[in-house]
Amino acid sequence: MDAVLGQLYAGLSLGSVLLLIALGLTLTFGQMGVINMAHGEFLMAGAYTTYVVQQVVGGAGLSLLIALPLAFLVGGLLGVLLETTLISRLYSRPLDTLLVTWGVALVLQQLARDVFGAPAVEVRTPEWLKGNVDLFGAPFTKGRLFILGLALTAVLVLGVVLRYTALGRRIRAVVQSRGLAETSGIDTRATDRLTFFIGSGLAGIAGVALTLIASTQPYMGQTYIVDAFLVVVAGGVGRVRGAVLMAFGLGVLQATFAYSQSVSTAKVLLLICVIAFLQVRPQGLFSVKSRSLV
Amino acid sequence: MIGSATPAEAAAAEVSAPRARGPWTGRAAMLATYAVAAIVLFGAAPAMLTDFRLRMLAQFLCVAMVAVGIGLAWGSGGMLTLGQGLFFGLGAYIMAMHLQLSSAGPSGRPAFMVTGSDLPWWWELFRSPATALLGIVAVPGLLALLLGLSVFRRRVKGAYFAILSQASAAAFALLLISQQNTIGGSNGLSSFRQFFGFALNDPVNRRMLYFIAAGVLIAMVAVVHQLRRSRYGELLTAVRDGEERARFLGYDTAMVKVVAYVVAAVFAAIGGALFVPIVGIISPQNVGVVPSIGFLVGVAVGGRATLFGPVLGSLAVSYAGSTLSEQIESGWVYVQGFLFILVVAFLPGGLGSIAAVVRSRRRRPAADELPRGVPEPDAPDPEPTPADVRSGGA
Repeated sequence: MDAVLGQLYAGLSLGSVLLLIALGLTLTFGQMGVINMAHGEFLMAGAYTTYVVQQVVGGAGLSLLIALPLAFLVGGLLGVLLETTLISRLYSRPLDTLLVTWGVALVLQQLARDVFGAPAVEVRTPEWLKGNVDLFGAPFTKGRLFILGLALTAVLVLGVVLRYTALGRRIRAVVQSRGLAETSGIDTRATDRLTFFIGSGLAGIAGVALTLIASTQPYMGQTYIVDAFLVVVAGGVGRVRGAVLMAFGLGVLQATFAYSQSVSTAKVLLLICVIAFLQVRPQGLFSVKSRSLV
Repeated sequence: MIGSATPAEAAAAEVSAPRARGPWTGRAAMLATYAVAAIVLFGAAPAMLTDFRLRMLAQFLCVAMVAVGIGLAWGSGGMLTLGQGLFFGLGAYIMAMHLQLSSAGPSGRPAFMVTGSDLPWWWELFRSPATALLGIVAVPGLLALLLGLSVFRRRVKGAYFAILSQASAAAFALLLISQQNTIGGSNGLSSFRQFFGFALNDPVNRRMLYFIAAGVLIAMVAVVHQLRRSRYGELLTAVRDGEERARFLGYDTAMVKVVAYVVAAVFAAIGGALFVPIVGIISPQNVGVVPSIGFLVGVAVGGRATLFGPVLGSLAVSYAGSTLSEQIESGWVYVQGFLFILVVAFLPGGLGSIAAVVRSRRRRPAADELPRGVPEPDAPDPEPTPADVRSGGA
């Protein structure tokens, strides 16, 4: 029983990390169709923001709380910068966007390497996030619990914003029918930028969360980005619901595979599962119903 | 399809009508190009370069083989293959296993293996030269067939295909790293002594390897050339530019894509197989996500939809990469990044299209008057799909 719970917790924890990263991707990739390979580097920027804040402020607990909104801002601004300079020219060429943003990712990685150095920098975990809590008889690290909470909060806030606010309505309108939205007087360009800001900002927050469990180094963004893309692909186009289910689904699945096999075999099995899943549902778990052919 | 404003006849016309004549489609010009390539590769380069430089060129030629395949799948077929490292690696590792076994003698064991552990059964498959050569082509080819069928039959395409192929390369690299005892783990396989009976430390044999690579590369370009000229090539381009239309005309578009994907995979595998004896080492670092995208840089720079662009671009980028990173380590990463950004964003036809882009800007300022997706080298924008970004492309 303990082993099962342990695997479940490991899966939940991995899933919450994937979810935090995939949430931003759901917005930018799922809703806008832009494959941003630099998303992982925005995450890295968020993690380094935490590091810098900690150097300035000192206290680990306080600096974590300051870093959260700040990393959102840093990630978001990077995203808007990328959107206005490059991506906005490439909306009709999604595959080229992928390559261009990979170039951006490359430059950002090297930049981080030149500024902060190649080895990982040390980000201290606050005292109140150290140690374990007992959950139904199995230990769960506090840091991972914090990430789980952060991911769920982000989902909740994003869901509420998308569903109930004027901004969310605008975003959904632009996604569902760009032409009609424009005709109705919505500034689609501004909406695009804002969507990108939120999506990239979420990557920044994911970066802060990752400092608790992973090392902060220039290539950290690459570790999770492929998995996060798989989550979005399998979850369905622009569906927050799909991303949530798939993130935890893939997280638990990988933890289960990793229990009986090695971690890398688990990755391969996971990929096979996703491809098999797409055989059944090529549009992902949830998809916008449409009569369009493509 | 939201953005498909072009009349439906466009795709249909492209299936049947012979392609417009550009400066490079003339038969004489084509023959001349092949002749120049042969003279440079077989005459000038071996005569002028030192053994060390020639070996480097041979390495670049192997990378260019992958680029030729990508040029077919991506440039002509519109499939962004982000995971060619998978096939490159399969070919390379099969060759490496064979070379290790043949270096170790009839019943010998590969050098890296811990004494006491058994040789896995799949090593034995590649002990004989015939099965090794067959495996280099068949294993990646069959895997690509399987992957391609399962993906394209379900009409998974565009970005989704790109991400799946990238994930497959990532998973493959991880798998290799985890297999420390059976395939060398992150150290990979190295120290090969002989290549099908020829000692690898003999400079004469090293030259022979270079000539093999040069010959194989030219043959690959010729194969792609024939494919592009054939009815199949027309169909592939038609599928790239309007898959729905081609399907409605009664073509099995999934099969059309699968063929190009398999050819690209086999080319990548052969490139990988020749890479091993030339470079002398293969490790997971050569097959993961980063090298997989690295293969694309040259193709994009040279012009993805052209015949010679991918080869020339790949060779140029490899050369620039090795020269620049010799001098300034971090400099090359910036150059590579910005090159990628600038070329893909502003010159999707490759560096060779600069003149054409400038010319057409001067002549016709309205860019949307230009024909879309015409794969000739002088077309300013060979970008395939007018696609429907907003709906995600799937």
